[in-house]
Amino acid sequence: MNRSEKSLHGLGAEFPTAASLLHAAKKVQALGFRRWDVYSPFPVHGMDHAMGFKRSRVSLFSLIGGFIGLGTAFALIYYTSALNYPLITQGKPYFALEPSLPIFFELTILLTAFGTVLGLLLLTLLPRFHHPVFNWDRFQRVTDDGFFIVLEATDPQFSNETSRKVLQEIGGTHISEIFQDPEINPHPARPTTEVVS
Amino acid sequence: MRADNSSAQAAFAHASNYLERRPLVANRRPLAWITEHVCRIVEQPAPRWWWILTIFFGAMASLTPVMLTYLVSTGVGVWGLNVPVCWAWDITNFVFWIGIGHAGTLISAILFLTRQNWRTSINRSAEAMTIFAVICAGIFPAFHVGRVWMAWFLAPVPNANAIWQNFRSPLLWDVFAVSTYFTVSLIFWYLGLIPDLASLRDRAKTRFRQMAYGLLAMGWRGSNRHWTHYEKAYLILAGISTPLVLSVHSVVSFDFATSIVPGWHTTIFPPYFVAGAIFGGFAMVLTLLIPFREIYGLHDLVTDKHIDNMCKIILLTGSLVGYAYAMEFFIAWYSGNPFEIYAFTNRAFGPYWWAYWAMITCNVAAPQLFWFKYCRQNPWVVLAIVMFPNTGMWYERFVIIVTSIHRDFLPSSWGYFSPTWVDITLFIGTIGLFVFLFLLFVRFLPMINMFEVKNITPEADPHTPDSHSEHNSAISYPTSTKVHA
Repeated sequence: MNRSEKSLHGLGAEFPTAASLLHAAKKVQALGFRRWDVYSPFPVHGMDHAMGFKRSRVSLFSLIGGFIGLGTAFALIYYTSALNYPLITQGKPYFALEPSLPIFFELTILLTAFGTVLGLLLLTLLPRFHHPVFNWDRFQRVTDDGFFIVLEATDPQFSNETSRKVLQEIGGTHISEIFQDPEINPHPARPTTEVVS
Repeated sequence: MRADNSSAQAAFAHASNYLERRPLVANRRPLAWITEHVCRIVEQPAPRWWWILTIFFGAMASLTPVMLTYLVSTGVGVWGLNVPVCWAWDITNFVFWIGIGHAGTLISAILFLTRQNWRTSINRSAEAMTIFAVICAGIFPAFHVGRVWMAWFLAPVPNANAIWQNFRSPLLWDVFAVSTYFTVSLIFWYLGLIPDLASLRDRAKTRFRQMAYGLLAMGWRGSNRHWTHYEKAYLILAGISTPLVLSVHSVVSFDFATSIVPGWHTTIFPPYFVAGAIFGGFAMVLTLLIPFREIYGLHDLVTDKHIDNMCKIILLTGSLVGYAYAMEFFIAWYSGNPFEIYAFTNRAFGPYWWAYWAMITCNVAAPQLFWFKYCRQNPWVVLAIVMFPNTGMWYERFVIIVTSIHRDFLPSSWGYFSPTWVDITLFIGTIGLFVFLFLLFVRFLPMINMFEVKNITPEADPHTPDSHSEHNSAISYPTSTKVHA
């Protein structure tokens, strides 16, 4: 195994439309690939199902965040108003549910938001400023109008020849090897004039 | 024969114009067109008008710190407020600005949950507007406390007095509501920006831009393993922002409604304030969007349909606000309470009658023009009409606050509030700050949410028949010849 094969991240293929990407992804999933990914400028409807994803777990983080927020608000109000320094204001009870509700609500919302963002970052492993797919020069179009499938070399089914054939059969174009090492890839050259292909 | 055929087709096309929904991206623009047209606003050199406006509004914005320095160094007495009118322009401006923010969250959250796809091309700029408006709003209560260096007493941290905050006070609820609103709006806005920042990163021509947008984009690569979590997170944030936005102006209205001041002590305040906030906020969205749409030629993204929809929301919420005004009078009469009745009679016919009728003209009468299609279709007419709600909503807060307290229960404690030059200059300063921040936003960040707009184009939907292979051949795009029209 030479150096370039060792640092091979995978094989990438480009697709012309969101629809063709979805069809291709269904076939890749049906072939039983495990370590592969689909890249698109926007979330393609139905792709999660096509790739066999279960429900995203972000909501669990949100729920935990929300409970922490509610608990914090309760502890804060109860401790400060009824335990640490009880002070009669306007003849009202030290602690009552009704006037506490706005702050319960606001802190629940605030920590739900924090939990959601934390969950998103943990589940997506972002921020991650470098990734082998960025070494592929065509890949820059993913944030414009490019649709891509990358079969990763770590997949047990992966082999350079058969996987290339798979990508051809499902309609992929511009099939290229993507390397971990940016030196091996041709230097990314951004087409400046041609945007619509 | 051929002529007959084409005329029949033309007739069919004409008829279907009225039957089919108008597309949200006009002229069937392809995806790359959207990227190009939004990104180039940020990428091309700053036009001369941008420099002129930014310097002008930047100078205007600098009035804010200047006036605040003068206020703090001299004392809060340089404002015109005094007993009995202890809340005046400062709280008016606070409620005015915080209300403007509400349209942004409404567009980004509530219209998202209700699957109103037209929101996609206006949500980014409306959310930016929300954040800048809340920044302007926050200045006023912070300095209204008088000794601003003590403002940290609002935060529940131990202090030398050993006394904690009064959690039963709506003013403290306000602190929590507004700071939560700002934080969550910022998070929501930034989350929506990430894929578009990645677009700017990938198009960057200089190392600096690539680094700056790259850091902000957090290495986004459009992976579907990310999109699945991203969409869920976005949905949850929309879900929690919806009650949040309704709560913020409700809590702001509690500042008044939980008091026993005639004219403030009403249960109608929370919904009435929220409707007013949406009304004023949409007026401000249109005020900002229409000029930029013209300048940058974004007519295919922010279509006449978008403006038409927003005008209808203004008409609806303006009428709701008008209903609330009428209901306040009815309840005042129906309560049989002479102080309530006096407060409202005094509002309309007392010394501040001019403010009351300015409010009615701007908020209730002017938006009724949007019943006419002509008024909703012509952007310049729309721009002229929305200036009325922009003004009227400021008057509404002024009327509610000042007219309710300028005549206390005893005639010996009656007064008449007049603003000082510091009041006026500070408010002008925050207007400058608001526009200045918006100009910076338009210059440095994509003002239209590209990935969401792409997502509502027909070609993004993998299930429509015309999104398949015949796509590129059967339908001729106006720009299929690689020209950025």
